[in-house]
Formats: sequence, structure tokens, C-alpha cells
Amino acid sequence: MSQDRSQLVETIRDVVAQHAHLSSDAASLSASESLYTAGMTSHASVNVMLGVEDAFDIEFPEEMLTKETFESLDSIAQAVATLQDEQ
Amino acid sequence: MTTEPDVLDAERAFEAELLQAQWLLPTLGAGVTGTGVAMEAVIQGLQRLARDRVARHLPRPGALQSVRFPPVNGRSMLERTDYVASFPQLLGTVDVFSGDTKDHRRLLADREAGLPWDGHLHTSDYALVPAACHPLYAWLSQVNAATVDGTVWTITGDCFRNEPSPDPMRLVSFRMLEFVLVGSPEQAVAHRTAMLELGQGLLAGLGLAVTVEGANDPFFGRAGVMLAKGQRAAELKFEITTEIYPGRNTAISSGNYHEDHFGAEFDLRTPDGSVAHSACFGFGLERIALALARTHGTDLRTWPESVRDLLGLDAA
Repeated sequence: MSQDRSQLVETIRDVVAQHAHLSSDAASLSASESLYTAGMTSHASVNVMLGVEDAFDIEFPEEMLTKETFESLDSIAQAVATLQDEQ
Repeated sequence: MTTEPDVLDAERAFEAELLQAQWLLPTLGAGVTGTGVAMEAVIQGLQRLARDRVARHLPRPGALQSVRFPPVNGRSMLERTDYVASFPQLLGTVDVFSGDTKDHRRLLADREAGLPWDGHLHTSDYALVPAACHPLYAWLSQVNAATVDGTVWTITGDCFRNEPSPDPMRLVSFRMLEFVLVGSPEQAVAHRTAMLELGQGLLAGLGLAVTVEGANDPFFGRAGVMLAKGQRAAELKFEITTEIYPGRNTAISSGNYHEDHFGAEFDLRTPDGSVAHSACFGFGLERIALALARTHGTDLRTWPESVRDLLGLDAA
């Protein structure tokens, strides 16, 4: 994993810690662990989505607004990286 | 292919027909209508029929109880159900006046001058109820958890949704007859399945051509796109639809599995201490009555004998 990518994941981890209302500590999440399994509800995932948009000043296109995109720190990082590449 | 102006024309023509026949009674609010003699007889018949069918035929794990809540609840209910997050475009709160005589004089002066006077009011702690089952969860959260045992609750409630439309199928204020189960996940899912089947049979028996379809709620904004996709993917919502306008199905009932959404927020627990799951099935009473008018006409005397019997219209 590149330095950039791990930084990306850490920024996303902060957003998740703030908005996902997980039953476990976000600090101990592995990057590939399911956020839904860790207790994130669909309503909380919306707040995570908005938080990630604010943190990176991006806007997810409609086709990315899926459960899969917000499955894990990794999947969110992948989506953010894709959008940043396009910019 | 059906174009949009055609659809609007069809909606307006249907509305005109219903107003002419005094099925719908106009009020001073856009999208708000009263219910005329014939339509009300149909709605009362529908309620008797559905309640009777459920009492006789619905497989259920516990008791069947009927309760009633008014169309107004505490404003905090919109927060606790997440309605303010998911459907801000549909909600309505109640404004009130709580000034003194001087304030009242200012209000009247503005009114006399033809100015807006609503600025003299402020938002109260009351809100209009958007879904008939929401007050139930709020109430259950305040009583002994032992009642969250798979009882099926029957509620006819007035619902408010701020979406005025020329389509008589989309009223701002309407009634839902709901059958709600709060209990274990298995009980909730089974309830929804059984009610969809019962509802489909009941509506088909009234001569309506109905279809059961996966659906999503009209969640607001971009966040709503995500919620809607998730709701569809998890098959949480099904609608019973019928074709009112050519080429377009309209929902007349819906069955929803909420998972633990309400159970978690309102701390509803099953006897073994787990967070309760819930499911509701709602008959849209005005929509079903209007679908029947679309199918059988607005003159009840010409309706098929079997439908008149089922709805008890001869006694009406």
C-alpha cells in the first residue's frame, strides 16, 4: 500500500469513527473489515458518505452511492481514489 | 408510449370525474380533500372487510389488538423515527401563537394590511403524523416491554405528507389501515409475507388487477439514493400496485420490514431481551377506494354484486 493510500484510509477511519456509530472501536478496524458487520446502519452509512465527501471535497456520482462502496475502509478509499484520479 | 402531458391529463380528468361525482370534496388546502358519501361507504366497508379477514385468516404468533392515535404527535417523533433525516420534503410541523394581546394586535394589523401574518407564529412541539404506525412505536417504548411479543396491532391513522399533486391518488392527508407486528425477526418477516398474501387476495377479490412489486420509499436527496438502493437490495419494501393510468402502476398497499430500525431507536425488546424487529402492512384506504372507482365506476349501484356484498354496501 502506498503512503498516500494508507493516509487516505486513516482520514476515512476518522470519518467512520465520527459518523458510523460502530459497536466496536473504529481505531481497531482492519481496512477490509465490513463496516455493516461492525454495526453501521444504512442511515449511519449516509452520514459516512456525506462526511467523506466533506473530508475530500468530492461528490460521489449516483452510481457509486451503493452499499458496496461503503462496505469497508478499503472500498471507500478505492472510490475516493477513483474520483481523485478523475479530477 | 405515454408522454408526460398525457399522464397529467389523465390525472386531471380522473380528479374532475371524482369531484363531479362528489367522491372527493374540495377543501381550502391544495391536495387535501374530504370524502363524499359513496367513497366513505366504500372506505368503511374496506376497513370492516380487512379487519375481519385478518381476524379470521391471518396466521399470527400472538394477540390481535386495535388501537388509535390522533393525526398529531410530538415533534420529537420525527427525529426518533429518522423521518427528518430521510423525508424532510414530506414532513409538517404545527405552528402556534403564544403571544400576548399586544402581539395579537400586531398580527391583526399585518393581516388587515394584507401582509403575511404567519411570522407571528412559531413552531410548536407538535408535528403531523406521516405514517400510521409511528405513534405505535413511540407508545410501546413507554410501556412494559412484555407487550412486544408478536402481538399484531391494528391502527387506522391519518397521515400527512407534503406533496400536493393534481393526481387524486396522491393526497396530502390520507388514511392508512395498518397491521403492525413488533417481535422477533422471524415473526416480523412472516407477518409481512402473510399480510402481502392476504392483502393481495382481498384486493383481487374486489375486482382489482393487482401486482406485488419490490419498491423503495422516496428518500430525500443524494443520501436518499443510497437508502433507496439499500432498501431495494435488502427487499425491505413491497407494494401492491394496480394500473390506474395507462402504462403506469400506482401503489395501493405496502408491506415493509423495518429490521431493527424502530426497535433499536425506541428500545423495544422481545421477552428474551433482544432488540425487537418490526413489520407493517398498510392498506391505503383512499387509494384503494379510488382504484375501485376507476374499475367499477363512481355509481355504487352498478358495482358487481360480489363486490357490494364484500363491502357491505347494501346496508350503507
